[in-house]
Amino acid sequence: MLNYDLVIIGGGSAGIASAIGAYDNGLRSILVLEKEAYLGGILNQCIHNGFGLHLFNEELSGPEYAERFANELIKRNIEYRLETMVLKINKDLTMVCSSVNGCEIIKAKAIICATGCTERTRGAIATQGDRPSGVMTAGLAQRYLNIEGYLVGKKVFILGSGDIGLIMARRMTLEGAKVLGVAELMPYSNGLSRNIVQCLQDFNIPLYLSHTVKRIIGKNRLEKIVICEVDNKNNFVLNTEKEFEVDTLLLSVGLIPNNPLLANLGVKMHPRTKGPIVDDNYETSVPGIFACGNGLHVHDLVDFVTNEGIYVGKKVSEYIKNGKLASEKYVTIEAGNGISYVLPSKFAIDKGVAEIKFRVTKPHQKSHINVIYNGEILKSIKKQYLLPAEMEDIKFDISKLDCGNIVLEVIDD
Amino acid sequence: MYDIIIIGAGVNGACIARNLSKYQLNVLVIEKNGDVGDGTSCANSAIIHAGYDPHPGTLKAELNVLGNQMYDELCKDLDVEFERNGALTIATNEEEMQGLYHLLENAKANNVKVELIDKEKLFELEPHVTKKAIGALYAPTSGIINPFELCVALMENAMDNGVQLNLNEKVIEVISENNTYLVKTDCGEYKCKMVINCAGLFGDEIQNFVCDEKVEILPRKGEYYLLDHFVDGFVKHTLFSVPSSKGKGVLVSPTTSGDYLVGPSSDFIEDKEDISTNKDVLDNVLKEAYRLVDNVPMQHLIREFAGIRAYHKSNDFIINEPTAGFINVIGMQSPGLSSAPAVALKVENMIMKNLELKIRDNYIKTRRPLYRLKNKSIEERDKLIKENPLLGRIICRCEQISEGEIVDAIHRNCGARTIKGVKKRVRPGYGKCQGGYCQTLVLKILARELNKDMKDINFKNKGSYILCEESKGEKNVKL
Amino acid sequence: MTKLICIVCPKGCHLEIDESFNVTGNFCKRGEVYAKNEVTNPTRTVTSTVKLNSKILKMLPVRTDKPIAKSKMFDVMEELKKVEVNAPVNSGDIIISNILGTNINIIATRTIKE
Repeated sequence: MLNYDLVIIGGGSAGIASAIGAYDNGLRSILVLEKEAYLGGILNQCIHNGFGLHLFNEELSGPEYAERFANELIKRNIEYRLETMVLKINKDLTMVCSSVNGCEIIKAKAIICATGCTERTRGAIATQGDRPSGVMTAGLAQRYLNIEGYLVGKKVFILGSGDIGLIMARRMTLEGAKVLGVAELMPYSNGLSRNIVQCLQDFNIPLYLSHTVKRIIGKNRLEKIVICEVDNKNNFVLNTEKEFEVDTLLLSVGLIPNNPLLANLGVKMHPRTKGPIVDDNYETSVPGIFACGNGLHVHDLVDFVTNEGIYVGKKVSEYIKNGKLASEKYVTIEAGNGISYVLPSKFAIDKGVAEIKFRVTKPHQKSHINVIYNGEILKSIKKQYLLPAEMEDIKFDISKLDCGNIVLEVIDD
Repeated sequence: MYDIIIIGAGVNGACIARNLSKYQLNVLVIEKNGDVGDGTSCANSAIIHAGYDPHPGTLKAELNVLGNQMYDELCKDLDVEFERNGALTIATNEEEMQGLYHLLENAKANNVKVELIDKEKLFELEPHVTKKAIGALYAPTSGIINPFELCVALMENAMDNGVQLNLNEKVIEVISENNTYLVKTDCGEYKCKMVINCAGLFGDEIQNFVCDEKVEILPRKGEYYLLDHFVDGFVKHTLFSVPSSKGKGVLVSPTTSGDYLVGPSSDFIEDKEDISTNKDVLDNVLKEAYRLVDNVPMQHLIREFAGIRAYHKSNDFIINEPTAGFINVIGMQSPGLSSAPAVALKVENMIMKNLELKIRDNYIKTRRPLYRLKNKSIEERDKLIKENPLLGRIICRCEQISEGEIVDAIHRNCGARTIKGVKKRVRPGYGKCQGGYCQTLVLKILARELNKDMKDINFKNKGSYILCEESKGEKNVKL
Repeated sequence: MTKLICIVCPKGCHLEIDESFNVTGNFCKRGEVYAKNEVTNPTRTVTSTVKLNSKILKMLPVRTDKPIAKSKMFDVMEELKKVEVNAPVNSGDIIISNILGTNINIIATRTIKE
């Protein structure tokens, strides 16, 4: 049985960053396990630019961003294994791993799960109609196009205004396909504003807000879709159907953290993020198992994933050095009015300053974020724009607080 | 000249083919779809019914009860997932209790072991059942099966023993001539001594080619929800409502893969190929399911699907020989899957009256087992990977299926040719991501193993292409 | 008065620019520059792939090393169809220099060793 201080599951942006974070804080016995034949994870198929603005003030493509960090990993001589899949994690921090070389057990003092996320599928959103080929998630079409070099269709419609869908609208248009439109269930877009401008408006691709696909039609390959307006309860509005003859329907209807290993272990999951519930050190409900990146909660920018990974790597190295991290006194953090989720779910008072990530449930213009401690406003900050698609963060002093409950809320001015 | 042509490679066609493969016969199976078991046989409740429901004296009753008994040996021989998990028919009021008494009578007449159980025993057996339940009929011999594996395994074993399978070939006419038959397809024509009509929903068309007395098969659609497996788990037994005139009603059941089925609806439709799903229908399915359980874990929904059952107005199976040498196996709606082994036996006996059946010398009744790495210990897995490294490379991360298992599924007899074919045989694409991650990899493996261009790999039937064209197609200058 | 959403960073400021190029709604200086460019000479970074001969990968991801005139995006795509690259290639290598006479290069964005 192999032994390491730290095993990181996933060699994408979060996994690499956490390895670097742990190494730079003094840890040396580190192993990164990656299922693909290369490091970098999903970034390798995200060939568009816009990565690294926050960290490098540059607009890198996904593979460039991935390579920078993979090189940092290699520079530090951090050990990694490719084409290796973790099949199971046990509570004693052993893992069963499979690769072409065999099936073996690896034991760690701490594990970081950086397993990324998966796309929501047609089944998960229950779209009615036939079951032809040509209906697929945007990320799958992206992989076919950017890695394998194949267009999945020539006449395309996109359901959901998530960023991957928008990016694929532009990608497929540039490669010669005709994108007839994007339908978004909500009355606002779920993608970043820059993607609405650069990927849709630049190519005159219409965005149908408050619309969804009502019916999928086609015997073998997709032939036609019917979209329809929806009311604020998501019911179809009568006589608002529009038909589009398309061979492809791409779904960009959300991402879900991918955590079968943690779920099978019985780690407590967050009902909103669908990732594990973590404390201020990003430790899950099972001692010694940590999480970061899109496997924890879906980020909108890889720069934030990297920062989170480095932070978690640092915390885990402290955990291994000290044998524990837990503090005596905590405040719990909850999502209040207009807040979709907060992360982490508790913060140690001896940390002094709480740093909370959150998302709002709907867009707001001119509003305030209030931090409420035991019923009283602890801090209030003004916000010009708030969008569900964009993760926010807030810092506030907790050093003078006692154990208790903090609620975050958004109030329109 | 073939001895026998079987039209249709659903569970009945495949089962008959396998039974006939033990004899010195020249058998051809013609299937219009791109794979075996792609029609009614792949979209149903996957239940091996105990046999207490059909009216005593019907073919359904006789063949269901016998078929059920045959499944242990069959699945052992062919390495097919099958489990007698037991069924509970749930009554929530007095009227339904009366229905249970009626079923109990049926069960006695059909010679099926059942037991009426009270509320207490019911909750002990199945804690997930609705708190409104007042009693249930327990049928311990009811089982769940992997219907995809079953059809594939039957045909694979038939082919191991010399049966020929033609896929993607549609029968367009059957002509009776001088004690033989001429079967014309969209690809060619074949002569044979006997025809077995297992054409499912299209069985009427086939029979009407050769018989003056016309029959009609009506399509009756059932829509389902499929829920993903999850740690806490859900029902262990198959839960039924008390049957009504419309059929067995909605059931809630585990599958052999640990997933959960909720459905079906039951509606006559026009188009025999309309496998669309519909919100209003499925909403009603869910409503019905709440008569059986108090909570349906819809957060684990991964798929909706529909299957079409072949209904004949007699509401019974039609297994006959309307003209010498032409055998009908039609109207095989529920419990068609449960009855299939018994149906095949019956058909075998009918054939004996027409042809002399001599046992083949080198007949093998078992199929080489699948790897099923998921059920193996670490040591066994390691040993297998050392022998075949591809068994170590995981392709489907939701279901943890290796490249070696996929390659095996392609190269067996009756091997996978399509994305759906791989999915049906070894499950990549059945999990939470529904192929969002692994489809590219499976498609590449299919192209490589079948020596085809990636563009030529279909999802299922002809025309269900996945890739349209190369993005940087032509006129490249080398740098 | 033209309304724009700033795309310089993911913040997506809602900008307004008038006839005399006065910009409002921007949180930073770059927003002002963007708005002025966007109404006079809009530019975009083009990202795509070119054919690659390699043991590992079929397509090499590439991009323009600077934003190019928006009107030239499809012309760039046509040029990319014409090339085929042999491994090894390093991220940052120039694949097409001075594309369409713009003084802008197409560069590889992934290192492929073999």
